[in-house]
Formats: sequence, C-alpha cells, structure tokens
Amino acid sequence: MINPFEILETVQMIEKQKLDIRTITMGISLLDCCHSDMDIACQKIYDKITYYAEDLVRVGEEISLEYGIPIINKRIAVTPISLIAASADETDYVKFAQTLDRAANTVGVNFIGGFSALVHKGYTKGDINLIESIPEALDITEKVCSSVNVATTKSGINMDAVKQMGEVIRETAQLTADRDGLGCAKLVVFANAPEDNPFMAGAFHGVGEPECAINVGISGPGTVKTALESVKGESFDVVSETIKKTAFKITRMGQLVANEAAKRLDVPFGIVDLSLAPTPDVGDSVARILEEMGIESCGAPGTTAALALLNDAVKKGGIMASSHVGGLSGAFIPVSEDEGMIEAVNKGSLNLQKLEAMTCVCSVGLDMIAIPGNTSAQTISAIIADEAAIGVINNKTTAVRIIPAPGKKAGDKVEFGGLLGRAPVMDVSKFASDEFVSRGGRIPAPVHSFKN
Amino acid sequence: MKAIVTVIGKDKIGIISKISTKLAKHGVNILDISQTILQGYFTMMMFVDLEVMDISFAKLARELELLGSELGVSILIQQEDVFKSMHRI
Repeated sequence: MINPFEILETVQMIEKQKLDIRTITMGISLLDCCHSDMDIACQKIYDKITYYAEDLVRVGEEISLEYGIPIINKRIAVTPISLIAASADETDYVKFAQTLDRAANTVGVNFIGGFSALVHKGYTKGDINLIESIPEALDITEKVCSSVNVATTKSGINMDAVKQMGEVIRETAQLTADRDGLGCAKLVVFANAPEDNPFMAGAFHGVGEPECAINVGISGPGTVKTALESVKGESFDVVSETIKKTAFKITRMGQLVANEAAKRLDVPFGIVDLSLAPTPDVGDSVARILEEMGIESCGAPGTTAALALLNDAVKKGGIMASSHVGGLSGAFIPVSEDEGMIEAVNKGSLNLQKLEAMTCVCSVGLDMIAIPGNTSAQTISAIIADEAAIGVINNKTTAVRIIPAPGKKAGDKVEFGGLLGRAPVMDVSKFASDEFVSRGGRIPAPVHSFKN
Repeated sequence: MKAIVTVIGKDKIGIISKISTKLAKHGVNILDISQTILQGYFTMMMFVDLEVMDISFAKLARELELLGSELGVSILIQQEDVFKSMHRI
C-alpha cells in the first residue's frame, strides 16, 4: 500500500500548492467538413464538433471528482479553419468563427481553438480570407481562439505575414477597445507552431493528427516552488534534481488523467504537454520559482539562467513520466497570467527586453503582454519578427500574444479577468522599425549546421 | 474499485467512529487504516474497497464532505490510482 507520507504529499500538492490539470483538450479533425456552400460547411462543422465532444465536459468533471484533482479547463482544438473554409465560395469567414463559438457553447467547453492559418511560406486564398476575418471574428465571438503561424525553421519567416499580423493585432485591439483589447488575448502569432498543443490561445488540430485525440496540459508552479523551499541554499545540482522529481510526479498525474479521459471518451490519447502553466493566483507563479532560486525579483540578472534550468529540469522529469510528450512543453511566462511576473513589472525589475531574452530558453514567447495603445502596427510586426527569429534559429516554438491596450499608456493597467488575469502596460521602444517591416518578402530558412 | 479516504483536521473524540459508520452504511469495506498527528493536525488515512458500495462515488464524496464540515475536519476520497501513479513507477 501507499504510505501515509506519500498520500499526504499528494493531498497537499492539490489542496495547498494548487496542483491541477490545466486542460483536457480534444483535437477534432474537420478535414471532411469542406463544402462550396458555406452554410453546409458550417452545419457539418457544428454537427461534428458537438457529436465528438458531447461528453467531454461531463467526463472531465467525473475524473476530477473521482481522483480529487481539479481539471480547470475543457477545450477543443480543430483543424485550421483556413484549410476547411478555402472550399467555400464566400470570402468572409466570420460565420465559421460563429459556428465554432456556437458548438463550444453547446458542449460547454471553455475555449475552442483553430480559427487559424499556416502561412509560414506563403498564403493560400483561404489563408488571406481567414486572416482578414480575424479582428471581427474575435470581436463578436467569446470562446474562439485564433492563431497564425508565420515562420518555421525549415521555411524561414514570412515577412509579409509578419507585417499583416501587426495590423491585424492593432485592428483587433481597436474593435475590442471597450474590453481593454481583449480580442488580442485570443490571438497568437507563432513560429514553429506545434500541431498538438492543448493550450490556448494557440491550440489547433494539425493535419498530421488523427481524426480525434485527447491532449492534456498540466500545471503546478506552486508545487515546484514548494519543493524548492526545502532545498534553500543547496547547489544547482540539488535544485535540478528536486525539480525533476516534482515534475515527474506532476506529469504522472497528467498521464493518468489523459489515459482515463481517452478511455472514457473512446478517443486515442495524444500527448501530455509538460508546460508549467501559471495562473494569476498567489502561489501559482513561475516567476516565484525563479525567485526561490535566489533572484531578488524576476527579471534581475540570473533570471534567464534560472529559467533555462527550470525548463530543462521540468522536461527531464516529465518525459519519463509520460508515454507521449508534445505540445509546447516548456515553462510559460505570460505576464498577465502570473502574479509574480505582474509584480516584477510593477517593481521595474522586468521589462520587454528581458522577457525577450527569457523566451530564448523557454516556451512560449512574449505572452499576454499589454503595450501602449498607440504602439504602431509596424513596431508590433517588428516585435513579432524578433520573436520569430528566436524560434526559427533555435529550432523551437515561439509566439507573440501582445495587446496594444486602447487608450492606455505605459504604467496603466488592463483587466481581462479569469485565467487571462490583469496586466500592467509595458513600455516599448520609441524607435521606429517601419522601413524594416515594409520590405516584405521572406527571411530565408537558416542553415542547420555550423551552429554557434 | 479501491480508494483512499484522507481526513485532516483538529483531533476530537469520535472522528473514526462517525466516518466508519458512514462508510459501513453504504457498504464500503475498510481494508487498512492508519492515523498520526502531523504538525499538530490529526491525519487519518483509510484504504477502502468500493466494490459493493450502494451509492455513486459522487454521492459518497459529497456525504463525506458534509460529514467533514460537521466534524470540523476535511474529508477527501480519491481513487487509489492517483497515488499509485504519482508515487510508483
């Protein structure tokens, strides 16, 4: 039998250290829903999603109750809509987004991802239409999340798409100005987007995926921080070992939930995503883990090294605990969703430049960062280009989810509520990148040898 | 199906008796039991068999939760697998 100390450890991880399963995400292929008549295509999409995901929320709640572990979100990811909608005669794809929203509401999930386009090498007609529909789609829907992949290591960076996404982000912020630019919190611009990511806003069901799959995202920054509190002053060898062991335990929980959900829903298990996902709650912060390692305030020198160690140790511990690891699998550093990050920005120890450096060693880029509302589209595009370059050169996923908060300036606050949290508006460089961005074309794929 | 009942809270007379009465009422068999005082808190763990239980897991969990608030302790019931998967390879 399991010994009492082990039982107590598990109970305390859940009760006191906020260990939870962040999401069970069902990936559903919509490749068989194409039709030249948009109404028929939308009906097929609605029927398919509501059929496959009918029991998703109920099963999630049952597992949560029986195992005594909170499962915060149940979500759906679908095939990038640009691929499905391309067959339709119409060019305005907002109706597809409304269909996704309606299906999400019917089955009761928290979010649905996949209003997406993959344009790392160029646009199809469907991609053009979809990207143009993004601002309105994110304005009038509630649960739909959108993502656009603008770069990959194998094909380089599509700078035309980077330029356009700066404009799309600005327009989305303007349309949702009454909600502090909330639409932008549901829009991610990716480099090297994974096809099986369970986390929003970037989840979509890639074309290499099966008909349907269950992917699970874990959480647990509080558990890692508590574990590190017991090794204060010890060497990094001990720190790394401690994180590995904790990550192993957290991931085993994710694997158990994933297996059980897959079995009960009769859908194949896809992957467990090892990312440590924070929430705005006290005690659930990635920044506080870095501070526990000895950094006075997140963003101070040493932060990047601490984050690199954390990210690597979480993967090492987690990989053995799960039969299939995938998705983003790295520590998240979303500013608005992490209580420690918010405080670090407020204190002045963390700025955009340091965050960019941190994204070189972890997932998943500049995430949930509010910037002044008057930031130009070109500056946003240039920020995306920098982040994409980090991803492309380092062969990893990076992303930008940035909110030019309408009417706000550096030092102000925006409030999104729930898991999206609240963000201090951060300063961006006053120097222009307009000419750089307006060049367009593609930045070629990097050489994969001579790595230095 | 086997599960583990965890009781944490301030010690008082009759905790074990009230919980075991409740479990017996619903056909839940106690296979093993251990208790200790950790950091001043009464901590009890019961390993139970739910094979012939006469109510659903959800209802039993709810009844134990209510009993817990009556007794001023926290009572959790979780399937055994959650501990096995976390602590055993």
